[in-house]
Amino acid sequence: MAKNEIKYLTAIKQEKPKKKFCRFKKYGIKYVDYKDTDFLKKFLNEQGKMLPRRLSGNSLKYQRKVADAIKRSRQMALLPYVTDLFK
Amino acid sequence: MNNYELMVIFTPVLSEDDFKSAQKKYQDFIKENGGSTVATNPWGLKSLAYPIDKKTTGIYWILEFTAPATVNEKLKIQFLRDEQIMRHMITKLDKYAVEYNHIKRNGGFPVHKAVEA
Repeated sequence: MAKNEIKYLTAIKQEKPKKKFCRFKKYGIKYVDYKDTDFLKKFLNEQGKMLPRRLSGNSLKYQRKVADAIKRSRQMALLPYVTDLFK
Repeated sequence: MNNYELMVIFTPVLSEDDFKSAQKKYQDFIKENGGSTVATNPWGLKSLAYPIDKKTTGIYWILEFTAPATVNEKLKIQFLRDEQIMRHMITKLDKYAVEYNHIKRNGGFPVHKAVEA
């Protein structure tokens, strides 16, 4: 048995990941405005790329609305297409 | 009669009264073609997220209007012809969008929007 293999009596308790929820369903937001850039920035990473659903926690219907809004605001130069550390 | 929202970016070199006259020109154009303007919201000079034809700032203007579907095509031709305009975008507003804009205009947003920040 490898020397440094530490045996635990009880399994290590992994930190339970925070239950993700779709903020649009929870707060009843129905329209994602493409002009509201600081709200849209929550769905972008540092490079300005869109976060996938598994990270943003959105349901499919609202993830598509967010994607449309982000693409529109990128078109109108409200959000950059690609950048570094713009947050 | 559908609800549309128009966003236009003018060249930053535009003077104040040119900006006003351009706004008036397009609002009258929509009125002539049987539409009506709901709200106009000039943002003014704003820096762009990336340079558009070598310019890093632009004058933004947002116009919410209702018009028959045929007006947009004519409007687009006007925009492409006008060289003061760098970029324009017309979006169709569904009922949630109209309601959102209505709330946003008079009386801001309920607090829950801030809560989920």
